[in-house]
Amino acid sequence: MKNPAKIGRWSPYVVGVGIGALSWITFGLMDKALGVSTSFVGTAGAIESLVAADHVQDNAYFAKYLVGSPLINWQFALVIALAIGAFVAGWLGRSRQSRAVPEVWEARFGSSKAKRFAFAFLGGAILLFGARMAGGCTSGHGISGGLQLAVSSWVFLIAMFASGVAAAMLIYRTGKGASHV
Amino acid sequence: MFDTPIFDTPMQLFMGAIAGFIFGFLLQKGGVTRFNVIVNQFLLRDFTVAKVMGTAIVVGGVGIYAMLQLGWIDALHVKAAHLLGNAAGGVIFGFGMALLGYCPGTAIGAAADGAKDAWFGILGGLFGAAIYAEASPWINANIMTIGALGKETISTETGLSPWWFMVGLAILAAGGFWALERWEHGRAARQSLAI
Repeated sequence: MKNPAKIGRWSPYVVGVGIGALSWITFGLMDKALGVSTSFVGTAGAIESLVAADHVQDNAYFAKYLVGSPLINWQFALVIALAIGAFVAGWLGRSRQSRAVPEVWEARFGSSKAKRFAFAFLGGAILLFGARMAGGCTSGHGISGGLQLAVSSWVFLIAMFASGVAAAMLIYRTGKGASHV
Repeated sequence: MFDTPIFDTPMQLFMGAIAGFIFGFLLQKGGVTRFNVIVNQFLLRDFTVAKVMGTAIVVGGVGIYAMLQLGWIDALHVKAAHLLGNAAGGVIFGFGMALLGYCPGTAIGAAADGAKDAWFGILGGLFGAAIYAEASPWINANIMTIGALGKETISTETGLSPWWFMVGLAILAAGGFWALERWEHGRAARQSLAI
């Protein structure tokens, strides 16, 4: 049998079982739930504090995550190691990405890198604003909260999927045959 | 960070790193660090994201509730419900995810996986988090107060055993994915005939 680490793409069900089992480990051994987006708040606050430390400390939302608690914590380590894990998986499987402009984007908006990067920045800003209003992202609400049957997380999940479908139809549907991409 | 060391204990960092490495590895192998996979999910052309998340929720949930019942874990980590914030935040998040093509975790995975646009998504994310911090006093006063139920689950809210919902979700997922696979195979066969 071929070494699974060298296979470029795994079955989504195998990956889902793996992430489900990973949540047993984080709950059972670490007393934590998988999550990512809180680290964006801490990092943004730390960067902003380089130029305006008082302003950051006076902001109750930043203070909740930064005053009296270490910036480099369990979740921060998780986020850094997530990058390493994704890199190693792509490297072993010879399935690393190389494109600056993804195919589906290019089919609709052309091959301009500047345009893609500008909208990626805008998309990222909207994404994290929404995540912080909702209190979590696809990991913290979608998976960790979903599996705990949290009311907050299921409301988020349904709203997120409905909005994502509507937005993608609006943004990427051209009406003329890009559906094979 | 303020009034405290910048680093948590080595044990906390070690455990976070283990969890993160496995998570990132699985996300890349699942294909969900790819823009095309995520946007095609929202365009209902590729159901990889639903398969990964649905399976993770069922497998994770059955395990967590079993561990809770056996007393292996003391408590859950449920986020408090603020129904308007959860719903409006979800709508904003879904729009951002369709535009960026990644969610916060998969953007980090995608950037490490070689997708250059994901780096700009991460920078944008930091900007969005900072903007949210500025807006938070108003949001806390006007949005977070609506539908503030506390740390409720569907089980505690309805008074029914969580197993009703876990078994229901498991049946729904198994049946849904079985039907989805059949439909996808049929679609692939039709497409190969058409070519």
